[in-house]
Amino acid sequence: MNDIKTGAAQIARPNQRPELAALDDATLRTALTRMHLIRKFEEAAEASYMRGLIHGTMHLSIGQEASAVGTTLPLQAQDYILSTHRGHGHCIARGAEPKLMFAEFFGKETGYCKGRGGSMHIADVEGGNLGANGIVGGGLPIAVGVGMSIKAQKNGRVCMVFFGDGASNEGAFHEALNMASIWKLPVVFVCENNKYGMSMDIARAMAVANVADRASAYAMPGHCLDGNDLAGVAAVAREAVARARQGGGPSLIECKTYRWRGHSKSDRNLYRSKEEIEEWRAQDPIRRLEDELKAHDRFDAAALMKLEEDAQREIDAAVEFARTCPDPDPKDLTRDVYAI
Amino acid sequence: MPSELIEAPAELRELSYAEAVREALAQAMEADSRVFLFGEDVGVYGGAFGVSGDLVHRFGAERVIDTPISELGIAGAAVGAAITGMRPVVEIQFSDFVTLAMEQLVNQAAKIRFMFGGKASVPMVVRLPGGSGTGAAAQHSQSLEAWFAHVPGLKVLQPSTPHDAKGMLLAAIDDPNPVMIFEHKLLYKTKGHVPAEPYRVPIGKAAIRREGTDITIVGSSIMALKAQAAAARLADEGVSAEVIDLRSIRPIDFTTIAESVRKTHRLMVVYEGVKTMGIGAEISAMIAESEVFDFLDAPIVRLGGVDAPIPYNPVLEKAAVPQEDDIFAAALNLLRRGEA
Repeated sequence: MNDIKTGAAQIARPNQRPELAALDDATLRTALTRMHLIRKFEEAAEASYMRGLIHGTMHLSIGQEASAVGTTLPLQAQDYILSTHRGHGHCIARGAEPKLMFAEFFGKETGYCKGRGGSMHIADVEGGNLGANGIVGGGLPIAVGVGMSIKAQKNGRVCMVFFGDGASNEGAFHEALNMASIWKLPVVFVCENNKYGMSMDIARAMAVANVADRASAYAMPGHCLDGNDLAGVAAVAREAVARARQGGGPSLIECKTYRWRGHSKSDRNLYRSKEEIEEWRAQDPIRRLEDELKAHDRFDAAALMKLEEDAQREIDAAVEFARTCPDPDPKDLTRDVYAI
Repeated sequence: MPSELIEAPAELRELSYAEAVREALAQAMEADSRVFLFGEDVGVYGGAFGVSGDLVHRFGAERVIDTPISELGIAGAAVGAAITGMRPVVEIQFSDFVTLAMEQLVNQAAKIRFMFGGKASVPMVVRLPGGSGTGAAAQHSQSLEAWFAHVPGLKVLQPSTPHDAKGMLLAAIDDPNPVMIFEHKLLYKTKGHVPAEPYRVPIGKAAIRREGTDITIVGSSIMALKAQAAAARLADEGVSAEVIDLRSIRPIDFTTIAESVRKTHRLMVVYEGVKTMGIGAEISAMIAESEVFDFLDAPIVRLGGVDAPIPYNPVLEKAAVPQEDDIFAAALNLLRRGEA
């Protein structure tokens, strides 16, 4: 993972806002590539589902790419993440290989979880991704334990745990943030507030205006962000990760964003308007970043187009790889129920 | 007089059940820096039942950790620590409070290895003081072990003696899977022979506490002791009862039960959890489905807890779970049925 460069870079880019100036070209290229990979992974997943190539359900995060990529940019190779049911983005942002993710999606033995987990349980434990989670708020208490491990092992790592606005109403949220704070654990709590817990508007579900407002109850910093602004998200995440790594304790980051697609495949969008969806589509985090980079002559249109095309090629190849992989053998069904 | 002359010979060394558990914890923590203990009031207070005792003074507050009253957080923290290289042991103050931690134990701890295709393991131990007989009424007296035995991925133990309490806890800490140990509260003060050195009692192996030829009585935890007491009285009546102490509910040692029934032709299962849908049903069905069924001379008897919450009144409380007299009477009755 690339650490975000600051200082000299800002002086060299005087007309840019500091959050953008802080990101060097290589970091931006990485960020854009990951955002494209996430979007194209999910578009291809959706298409595969429509064509009947995969079964089950999926939770797409199209529109939320800046949150997943911006928050994870400051993480180092040894750091951990814990993800959610809407977790493809976190996985790719953390550097997972799309072809192994697709193999998992297709339920193949070559997938990250050998086809046992599927979309909702993609994990890459060796890569520091301790797993997506099918239970709303399921990762939050686990992050506390990961933080306890890091502290006991004195290995200087950080654990970043993602959850949604809906999860912040679970008891697990309260228990986890409190425990992480009293023990000053190296955990960064990232709430991706996409406005809806399935169909329930967070404004109807939460007594305060922002999830970040709740940080004060746990004596930790709470940051309420435009979650579709890659540079802004990265800047705040960098601060929170540094604080955690230096022993300053946990932070709560709230990325306000929006999922363009429904909650899952069963969603008929009865609870929100076309106009609202269009308003948020106009805030496309990928186009916003590209436009800003072009405006500041950081990248030209051709260079940006190439990043997108390369991502599309990687995803196309990943789908093809997954389709041709073998299914698991039913005789191995109970193989990994217990470790031996 | 030199002190060694007044010490008991090593083979007669006796500890209480609680002391045996504490000794296992201490020896595990001495041998392995990854092992640590946390839960409500396990520190200076010494645990609600005095099990952790002075451990905080011997190992420090970083390894014997008092937690907030947050059972879900505690269980989740154990999961997170276990998947990142630690060997956590947690105490759920009363086993009834595990109801607040179900999500993390059932959805996370039990399933992570499987969902991740065998690429993670969850080596954690949950100790749960349970059972009735202390006048603590319905929310502090339950026997919930069968719930967890219904969950693939978990192991469930019920040691009945100080010897097994120590040896099974050490085996559980070594085990790469989540292990739940239900400790009956009435057993904590019982005494028995406990070797001083660390040793392991294998998980999944029942113990034949008394050999007999007329009837097999299967029980675990305190019911194994009550069954032995009843068996001694049955001997006075000329009945030769074989008593099997299950020790482990999942995995269950069906072979030992089957071999015994093949010999005695009569089976009674005694358990404190409510009778309906309990351990007795599972063991009865296993026998009924096996070739051993043909050896039965009488119907199988389940002697379980009454289908009611545990009452406060001491007379009612005793009546709610099998007692030694009940086992004695039910065994004589079963023998008469066999003769009919």
